[in-house]
Amino acid sequence: MDIFNTEKIYPLAIVGTGPAGLSASIYASRYGVEHIVIGHLPGGQISETHEIDNYPGVESMGGFAFSQSLVAHAAKYGAPIENKMVTHIAKEDGAFVITVDGGGVIRSRMLLLATGTKRRILGLDRESELLGHGVSYCATCDGFFFRNRTVTVIGGNNSAASAAVFLSGIAAKVRLVYRGAAVRFEECQHKILREHPNVDIILGANVVSLVGQDKLEAVVLDVPFEGSDTLPTDGLFIEIGSDPNTDFARDLGVGMDEGGFIKVGADMATNVPGIYAAGDITDGSDKFRQVVTAAAEGAIAARTIHAALAK
Amino acid sequence: MSQVFNVTDATFEAEVIKSDIPVLVDFWAPWCGPCRMMAPVLEELATSLSGKVKIAKLDVDVPAHQALAMQYRIQSIPALKLFKDGVVVKEFVGFRPKEAFESELADVL
Repeated sequence: MDIFNTEKIYPLAIVGTGPAGLSASIYASRYGVEHIVIGHLPGGQISETHEIDNYPGVESMGGFAFSQSLVAHAAKYGAPIENKMVTHIAKEDGAFVITVDGGGVIRSRMLLLATGTKRRILGLDRESELLGHGVSYCATCDGFFFRNRTVTVIGGNNSAASAAVFLSGIAAKVRLVYRGAAVRFEECQHKILREHPNVDIILGANVVSLVGQDKLEAVVLDVPFEGSDTLPTDGLFIEIGSDPNTDFARDLGVGMDEGGFIKVGADMATNVPGIYAAGDITDGSDKFRQVVTAAAEGAIAARTIHAALAK
Repeated sequence: MSQVFNVTDATFEAEVIKSDIPVLVDFWAPWCGPCRMMAPVLEELATSLSGKVKIAKLDVDVPAHQALAMQYRIQSIPALKLFKDGVVVKEFVGFRPKEAFESELADVL
């Protein structure tokens, strides 16, 4: 039977299938809260991370394997996990009405938003045309195509460092370009990069344009490096952070901070009754935005929702 | 039984280039998370679009397939290329959900 378009009202709908949403699902199931989980990227963005090695108990695991173990763990308890993109959420007659791509509808009493963030793009001319022709947002997916070539990574966060470490084992040359005066990634990753002879870290520089018609040929910096502002490169990996996916929250009147992150209390409740949020989308956990904080926020949200439903 | 079929360097010419109907070729690799996420989407599309388009997969991690990956300038996967009469008429890069992708394909089929 089609799970969509029925009269059923789930006690809880979790929107988002990353660590926050799936952690919430695990806890909700264990509390006995009937629910459904809906999201288009099973396991979330962590599935595109090279390696997870800072989650307690997981010394080292590929991001994709980790994300799939999250899905399998949540699925084990029996809640439906629907691989669909949510396109709209509204409140009608006291229930949340969640519409998915293609028109299917789910109704719920409570709503947990765990939709994470979306990668930032540089916003340069030809960036979208060169996607797949040198420009990439996923080093683990595409690094392989740049074996023994020259690549550039943009960013100064842990994702950028992870991409650079991964690429340093494949490419002949890796240049990491960051606009700041000092990188923001963990010292252990910085140390690895410093020790790789094929990695240059270029600080205080911005990529201001992309060169190449059918494929990327070079990037242009706003300051010269080794005497030239044009860096020939075969691949460009953009790791400049992400912005919260809060379109639904805005439509529902959920309060957000100036960066667009959903304001939550310590219990993961928002300002709108019945709506909770967890993971990278919130202003919680001091905006640390790690897998471990997303999982914790999901667990707390499930506990809060369980208590609210019991009232 | 799956309607998505695997192509190789040996069968590409006959099954893609000389196909009577359009063929969507998924250039993928086992170590690519988003590629594996596309797999169920492509299975569903192969059924819903049966007769209009065939859906094939080419594993670019196989050494013998890398010449085809280079020929079609694959630098980011999943790369989905729609072949009509032997030539690429549309390409899609990256994971996309079923309904959105079906709609994008409908515009060019």
